[in-house]
Amino acid sequence: MPRLTINGGEVEVPPGTNLIEAARKVGVEIPHYCYHPGLSVAGQCRLCMVDIEKTPRPTIACNTQAAEGMVVWTETDRVKETRRSVMEFHLINHPLDCPVCDQAGECWLQIYYMKHGLYEPRMMDEKVHKPKAVPLGPHVILDAERCILCSRCVRFCDEITGTGELGIFHRGDHSEIGLFPGRELANKYSGNVVDICPVGALTDRDFRFQVRVWYLDATKSVCPGCARGCNIDVHVNRRRPHHAEGRRVARLKPRVNADVNTWWICDAGRYGFTFVDDKTRLVTPSRRDGEAVTDVAWDQAVSAVAAALERAAPGEVAVVASAKMANEDLWALRRLLVHRGIRRVGFRIPPRVPGDEDAFLIKADKNPNSLGAELIGLEGNVRDLLAAARARQVKVLWIFGHDLFESALPEADVAAALRGAETVIFTGTSANATSERARWVLPAAAWVEREGTYTNFQGRVQRFRRAVEPLGQALAEWDILGRVLQALGAEATPPRAERWFRELAAAVPAFAGLTYQAIGDAGVMVTR
Amino acid sequence: MTAEKLLTRNFGRADSHTLRAYLESGGYTAWQKAQALEPAAITEEVKQSNLRGLGGAGFPTGTKWSFIPKHHTGPVYLVINADEGEPGTFKDRYLLEREPHALIEGMLIAARAIRAAKGFVYIRGEYVEPWRRFSAAVKEAYDAGYLGRGLDVVVHRGAGAYICGEETGLISSLEGKKGWPKVKPPFPAIKGAFGMPTIVNNVETICHVPHIINRGAAWFASLGTKTQGGTRIFSVSGRVRKPGIYEASVAITLRALIYELAGGVAGNGRLKAVVPGGSSAAILRADEIDVTADVDGLRNAGTMAGSAGVIVMDETVSIPEALMVVARFYAHESCGQCTPCRESTGWIYQMTKRIVEGRGRKDDLDTILDVARRGAGTTICAFYDGAVGPYISYIEKFRAEFEALIPN
Ligand SMILES: Cc1cc2nc3c(=O)[nH]c(=O)nc-3n(C[C@H](O)[C@H](O)[C@H](O)COP(=O)(O)O)c2cc1C
Ligand code: SF4
Ligand code: SF4
Ligand code: SF4
Repeated sequence: MPRLTINGGEVEVPPGTNLIEAARKVGVEIPHYCYHPGLSVAGQCRLCMVDIEKTPRPTIACNTQAAEGMVVWTETDRVKETRRSVMEFHLINHPLDCPVCDQAGECWLQIYYMKHGLYEPRMMDEKVHKPKAVPLGPHVILDAERCILCSRCVRFCDEITGTGELGIFHRGDHSEIGLFPGRELANKYSGNVVDICPVGALTDRDFRFQVRVWYLDATKSVCPGCARGCNIDVHVNRRRPHHAEGRRVARLKPRVNADVNTWWICDAGRYGFTFVDDKTRLVTPSRRDGEAVTDVAWDQAVSAVAAALERAAPGEVAVVASAKMANEDLWALRRLLVHRGIRRVGFRIPPRVPGDEDAFLIKADKNPNSLGAELIGLEGNVRDLLAAARARQVKVLWIFGHDLFESALPEADVAAALRGAETVIFTGTSANATSERARWVLPAAAWVEREGTYTNFQGRVQRFRRAVEPLGQALAEWDILGRVLQALGAEATPPRAERWFRELAAAVPAFAGLTYQAIGDAGVMVTR
Repeated sequence: MTAEKLLTRNFGRADSHTLRAYLESGGYTAWQKAQALEPAAITEEVKQSNLRGLGGAGFPTGTKWSFIPKHHTGPVYLVINADEGEPGTFKDRYLLEREPHALIEGMLIAARAIRAAKGFVYIRGEYVEPWRRFSAAVKEAYDAGYLGRGLDVVVHRGAGAYICGEETGLISSLEGKKGWPKVKPPFPAIKGAFGMPTIVNNVETICHVPHIINRGAAWFASLGTKTQGGTRIFSVSGRVRKPGIYEASVAITLRALIYELAGGVAGNGRLKAVVPGGSSAAILRADEIDVTADVDGLRNAGTMAGSAGVIVMDETVSIPEALMVVARFYAHESCGQCTPCRESTGWIYQMTKRIVEGRGRKDDLDTILDVARRGAGTTICAFYDGAVGPYISYIEKFRAEFEALIPN
């Protein structure tokens, strides 16, 4: 492992590490545009110049591997002068339209100009003009004038997705990012180019003009879109709600996790949050009598559900859990099942169309927590369970989240099962055809409205945190289940997700020894 | 100083491009000889000859060949740079048209030295006749059994970009990509065409190799200076009586070249300036031409031998206009990959154009100089330094002429 000195600090790095990454290790930031740790080295922006002792001229750090005994200086006068020059070159043809640019506030031209530029502009000539506001695909729009031709987006489509939609056309200062003829930027990961574009050239059509980025708050979370559980940040607009017509979740951004998703997320996950602020959200507990739906207080709903469970023999209760529930919810459910001796449970609902899967991130299982549900012991045959309901052997049928009509289960069978049960209870975030047939509807908080953990397909337990308040009276499922448990006379139930997790860790061997603290931001593997 | 002609010795024959004519003048005897030599011995001979690259950079050829990794087991490629894009340079086209077998023989020997089984010849797209002649010669060489027994040659035509003459831009283009130069390291000798060790040499450089093998390194070295052996072909253009190509010792002075070989300044004009090595070389004033035209002689004179494209300007030539034309060329030809070159070549062209059109500003000259100096040495390839050569030297040496055009 080569040992080198950067700005006087010694550091040892694995062979092959470049100077940008080596410098990061000693807390030194080397400014750069075209370098991205997930992509090949292009060496195009020329901003990452550093001085290396015994080298006559400043050298680009991205293409220089750390070597034994190397002595690197990143803040010499000539390095600073070179940076200033490169900043000037980057900006001479730039339109400087920050006031109307969506990237403003998170633009690396703005950031680096303030840090490394601050020169007196002297370009008085006509700038090169290029196309503006060109949609490249369903999610991404291009402003070619703002593009600094770092080629990150091109390399992403060449190297990560292998789809090669983008190229740099023409030469010199007329060089321009664009689509190859007949192509559209519509690959399954297209949104990532917006994240890696250091400037306002590629912006997100969904997010564009919604809210200025400095009004956003970020919360660490995990994507619930499939069994991979990509790490994300949830960006929330609390401070200017009127800017986005009440939409609270402004966007999702990938959060680096080397073991799960590296730097990327898929488009389905990125744009899959719209249900959170959708009109279909369930916001109050309610009771249905025929066509009439009455909002009720939580207490009333909880005692009614508890009473229904108590009236029924354990064998007359069936529960369709969901692998979209967090480990904490599933553990609370498990406790309730044990408390009442309920055996009819399952969580795997066959999808109507098989989930899309690829060799990169996307998993066919569109649930974030199937492995968690399995490890917590909720495996069971849902078809048998519904058959029992059709045969009128089930008095209470409690369904979590699923719309059974949107599955591979025959519609008639589902309808018959829902008719066959005396009391149908639905707990979920959003109304659907199944919830409309339930007597009791208990609104659940969406994942961004609460804390919890998922166990991804690898067995990695990962935390997600609360980014916004639950809508209306919605509650986390563990909370709902805890209240029902109490109404059923169970001993005290935990008041917080973290305490439920502690119980789970103490009870289920796969989770033994895990705590929220140990899980941290990157997750921890279960024991198997 | 008109040394014996090597490269152009057969140019007088109308059939010099044919195999028969080449064989009659002793062709392919060096290849016979080289087949008895160990690859390392060939490289050593070329090193001793002081042959230096004639494409532009003047790098010692034998040394370059020795960079091929010794223990590499996969393919090695030999690439011949026949892109000849440097303004003021028109020698390689004659070699392709009139002495194509010298290039093929040189390639056979070079390929043996570096253990390449495949050679590519990348010919400038506009060179239609040179391409036809060379392709016909390749066919003759296959038919005669010189090629196809250990070395295959692929002829590839460029598509008109100057940057595809830069060796790694050429490699990108050869690979089917946009002609973008590659970041170095790795250098082509380690990881070049299609990821394999590759030697890129100019046409003229390789045409010299049979002569070195035939007549020995010491003889070749003796034709030139201490640090550069042999002759080279000077392309002389501009305001001279007899523009054209002249083969001469690399040790010839610019004065002898212009006045003795090219017949001096045309008309009754007076010499004003000389660009000695293609448009990328720094300009020399009329009083600076008593220097030898070899790589180190011109380097010491603050310019470069480059591709030996000698552009002669007399007193009728406006230096600001000349710079504007050169600046337009570099703005048009920058591949656009790296920021300083992409952005500043266009800007500098705009400034030179304004000056020529009488709309210059007081600060323009200092801005050009400052921008050029800041960008120099910061880019992926030598293209930008090639542009900086004229930007700085034209202004520094003829500043008054520029200032006269700038309104007060
Ligand atoms: C912008 C640029 C253009 C070049 N064009 C040519 C060219 O047209 N022909 C050529 O032989 N070398 C050209 N070169 C030089 C090549 O990069 C390379 O040095 C040369 O082909 C090596 O061969 P040599 O060592 O035999 O000279 C160019 C270099 C630059 C930077
Ligand atoms: S890309 Fe950055 S610098 Fe350019 S207009 Fe947008 S915010 Fe401003
Ligand atoms: S669009 Fe953005 S990512 Fe792509 S080359 Fe331009 S600046 Fe770089
Ligand atoms: S210096 Fe100019 S020509 Fe060379 S790679 Fe950079 S942009 Fe392209």
